Amino acid sequence: MLILTCPYCGVAADETELAPGGEAHLTRAGVESSDEDFEAYLFQRKNPKGVHFERWRHANGCGKWFHAARCTVTNEVFGTYPAQTLEPPKEILDEIVARRPGWTLETGP
Amino acid sequence: MSARRIDGGRLIDRTKPLRFTFNGRKMEGFQGDTLASALLANGQMLVGRSFKYHRPRGIVTAGPEEPNALVNLGKDKRFEPNARATTTELFDGLEARSQNHWPSLERDIGVLNDRFARFLPAGFYYKTFIHPRPFWKHVFEPFIRQSAGLGQAPRHRDGDTYEHVNVTVDVLVSGGGISGLAAALAAGKAGARVLLVEQSAHWGGRLDDAPDIDGQPAETWVAETVAALTNLENVTVKLRTTHSGVYDHGYCLAVERLTDHDPLGPGPRQRLWKVRAGRIVAATGAIERPLSFAGNDLPGVMLAAAVRDYLTGYGVAPGRRTVVVTNNDDGYRTAFALKDQGLEVPLILDARSDPGPVAEAARELGLKVAPGKGLAGVSGKGRVEKAAVAAIDGSGAVLDELACDCIAMAGGWSPAVHLWSHAGGKLHWDETDAMFVPDPDKPPLGADGKAMVRCVGAAAGELGAAEALETGWAAGLWAATETGHKPKRGAGPKAEPDEETPIAPVWVMPRGADPEKRAKMWLDYQNDVKVSDVELAQREGYESVEHTKRYTTLGMATDQGKLSNINGLAVLADARGEPIPAVGTTTFRPPYTPLTMGAIAGEARGDLFQPIRRTPMHEHHERMGAHWEPVGHWRRPYAFPRSGESVEEAVNREIVNTRQNVGLLDASTLGKILVKGPDAARFLDMLYTGMMSSLKPGRCRYGLMCSENGFLIDDGVVARIDEDTFLCHTTTGGADRIHAHMEEWLQTEWWDWQVHTLNITEAWAQIGVVGPKARDLLEALGGMDLSEEALPFMSWADGEIGGFKARIYRISFSGELSYEIAVDAGHGAALWEACLDAGESLGVMPYGTEALHVMRAEKGFIMIGDETDGTVIPQDLGLSWAISKKKDDYLGKRAQDRLFMTDPNRWKLVGLETLDGSVLPEGAYAVDDSKNANGQRETQGRVTSTYYSPSLKRGIAMGLVRHGPDRMGEVLTFPGVDGTETKARIVEPVFLKEAGA
Repeated sequence: MLILTCPYCGVAADETELAPGGEAHLTRAGVESSDEDFEAYLFQRKNPKGVHFERWRHANGCGKWFHAARCTVTNEVFGTYPAQTLEPPKEILDEIVARRPGWTLETGP
Repeated sequence: MSARRIDGGRLIDRTKPLRFTFNGRKMEGFQGDTLASALLANGQMLVGRSFKYHRPRGIVTAGPEEPNALVNLGKDKRFEPNARATTTELFDGLEARSQNHWPSLERDIGVLNDRFARFLPAGFYYKTFIHPRPFWKHVFEPFIRQSAGLGQAPRHRDGDTYEHVNVTVDVLVSGGGISGLAAALAAGKAGARVLLVEQSAHWGGRLDDAPDIDGQPAETWVAETVAALTNLENVTVKLRTTHSGVYDHGYCLAVERLTDHDPLGPGPRQRLWKVRAGRIVAATGAIERPLSFAGNDLPGVMLAAAVRDYLTGYGVAPGRRTVVVTNNDDGYRTAFALKDQGLEVPLILDARSDPGPVAEAARELGLKVAPGKGLAGVSGKGRVEKAAVAAIDGSGAVLDELACDCIAMAGGWSPAVHLWSHAGGKLHWDETDAMFVPDPDKPPLGADGKAMVRCVGAAAGELGAAEALETGWAAGLWAATETGHKPKRGAGPKAEPDEETPIAPVWVMPRGADPEKRAKMWLDYQNDVKVSDVELAQREGYESVEHTKRYTTLGMATDQGKLSNINGLAVLADARGEPIPAVGTTTFRPPYTPLTMGAIAGEARGDLFQPIRRTPMHEHHERMGAHWEPVGHWRRPYAFPRSGESVEEAVNREIVNTRQNVGLLDASTLGKILVKGPDAARFLDMLYTGMMSSLKPGRCRYGLMCSENGFLIDDGVVARIDEDTFLCHTTTGGADRIHAHMEEWLQTEWWDWQVHTLNITEAWAQIGVVGPKARDLLEALGGMDLSEEALPFMSWADGEIGGFKARIYRISFSGELSYEIAVDAGHGAALWEACLDAGESLGVMPYGTEALHVMRAEKGFIMIGDETDGTVIPQDLGLSWAISKKKDDYLGKRAQDRLFMTDPNRWKLVGLETLDGSVLPEGAYAVDDSKNANGQRETQGRVTSTYYSPSLKRGIAMGLVRHGPDRMGEVLTFPGVDGTETKARIVEPVFLKEAGA
């Protein structure tokens, strides 16, 4: 059972306090999008064996959505950050590279 | 008492005799006995029957790995099946019964299976019971179910109580042997918060084997260390507490047995510890392996260390004349303990050709050692009577035969690596010691990416006392340091290292045994899996260890392979001609030993199972005799039956009365979400399919909400309070979900929009006053103007009524004239009573949720969860009128344009009228003429809502039907599960045309 620190209230929250929300940093495909783009937005999700950016909500706590960078193999947590961003912040990326030398956002694990 | 009770017994108190019964027979034991030791003391070696062949089974072990000695314990409200006699502490009045036999333990009819054992090999069930197909369901399965199974399921509600406790610690030490004690002391002295748990009732583990520690007897060192730990405020120590599992990020479960050994004692029976540990030290010891020789399942064949435990711990001799068979030095300890008690040891069979100094020591004591020898087999009627000696490397030619009543087998040790493996720690095969040990380079990782578990002592493959203390102490320092503590310098406890001659692994005894012998060598005693079964599985292609396990059921018994797995996979490796590590192990999963369902449930049962939400009028409803319906966590009145009236009659009366006079509905559970801010209107335009920004303050509008997938998720009336404030009503079950849905979009997509949402559902009590006399009732209450002109349909107003400050909505879900009156929750009960008083002369009656449902169906209004199921879009329900054509976007708009959503063949909403006026079955499907590939009828529609309408005095239904709206008047056929059919005509989904709203 995971523990993630909510970046809003600072609580190291037990998984029972949290609700998962799937892959982070999706871009909403609007009414003008093609069938392919819209399908990708709705259904096509990354499923990496390694570093993953994901959405969580501190549902039984402060109620805020946040993002976590987590290794799906070892459950190692590289950091959490607020959801009001379009991409992972630099300090999170630096942390991942420090612990996973050679990792990049583009090439993945 | 019994000839089997001898001198000694470190753990028992001979001044406190206890009485108990086994299969109704009266027996006696002592305080400190386990049920197993007491049974052995009473000469009761036969304790059960095996699962498949119903072979007689005796006690094999002295711990939680016991596969055979499982009993039904207690009776009535305190009844537990599959209790392990080896870990059940004896108490006065204990009642135990053996399992898996009929009619009795001694005369069991299922033993016939044993005669036919050669026809019941691995995979027998899979091969035999496949054909003919119907036989499985009607003949084979019922028969197998009846004759299978171990303990009985309890028939009564559990009379005990249980509790949960949550703790956060720096270090959790699992196991109170000398290694765990050393670890707890090291971490505790460094100031770390330590929880030390030990599954048994005693500290120190297998103490009689331990040498002096720091110059004093091990027993003294253990007592002093436990006292020192108890005195440390940062350390908690718990006996009778099994650490059952390690989960992600240091989450652990442990179950403490508080009164299992003292059923009349105060407090709960068991306590489940939910532990968050920074670091975990697993000092869980090792489990001895049996040896695979023919007849090794006969009662009287026991693990060597278990024989020793019964001798030294409980003063019980399992046999008078014991043959020791070993492949390592540890077996000799049992021989020495037997000799020490003056019991006969006719021979020590050692698989090693050169056993070294330990054999010399044995000979000096006058014991006979046979190097390079093993057992060709053991025999006897119902228990061991004779042992046959053979050369270890031969095919089993008998060299000698010995009379004996017990075999102590020492096959080497397997570290108890379960806790290491639960959360992902890997193992490697130690060739020298012939065991799987934790691979320190591949530990389970915590949130910080560092090792969170360390195994010590025997659990790490360090079988000697000196190494157990050393690794334990080091791990305690490691765990304290890793959790931010600074241990002071100081030496850990020490013992003299012990030199031992290495083990000689023997997986099949003798190594060249023929197939007939291999078919009598048991690996899994409980599930009757033999060496020959594993070899057969391999021959038939089940080569993966996970496949072999499932094909043979090896390791699938209640001990989960604690005893059998390593031997089984060694046999598999040999059959595959590969080394053991190439075969690997099956997956270790929690719990380590079974948990009771009571411990898992804790306090969450009965009234405390889950919180119940009550409206402010709840008690009033209760007094009226409401028949309750759970709706989410809410309890809502389904109907208000009067004395002598059935629930169904009450529903019909409530509907008729509401349509003729006036009814009252407790609508407080309706979700109410306040949406406020400069961007609130823009936000709601995105959230609802309809236009909310054009709504005027003071007015209401019905709205539909869809997910981004296009599917309908909720509906309700939106009231605009002022320019930037809206009150959104949701379904009763939808309030929390829809509030979360709003927040998700606000926080993660439109976070720059200025909108605030607030779930104020419980702040208001809301009463629906419904029916042609609704206005009369409210006028009788007196107050604000509620005329058609002052408050037209789909509008709301603040004011005062009957002395209550109220907000009144003119909305209707029944087709009748209807007002919903909202007041502060605290005034809800008073308003409810005031309405009942004011309406008495008008014939007012409260009505429940079922009347609400029927009345909405009579008018063809949809219900979320009935007409929708997560695959239905508004367009399916004829609700296109509620979708704005003027808006660029809303959640679900793009999805509703996808090919599948615009398919003209989608099932669409219609009304259904049975030809005979009956009520269609819920969820019934309309069949088509065509058939699918399996010869089943295709379907063309289904019933979504179906009721008896007292207004129309006939059954009415709504349903989704292919091309439904274009097929008015057509008749569909709905087959029932009982072979009958109901025919229904497609009609408009509005059954009651006249409207009063």
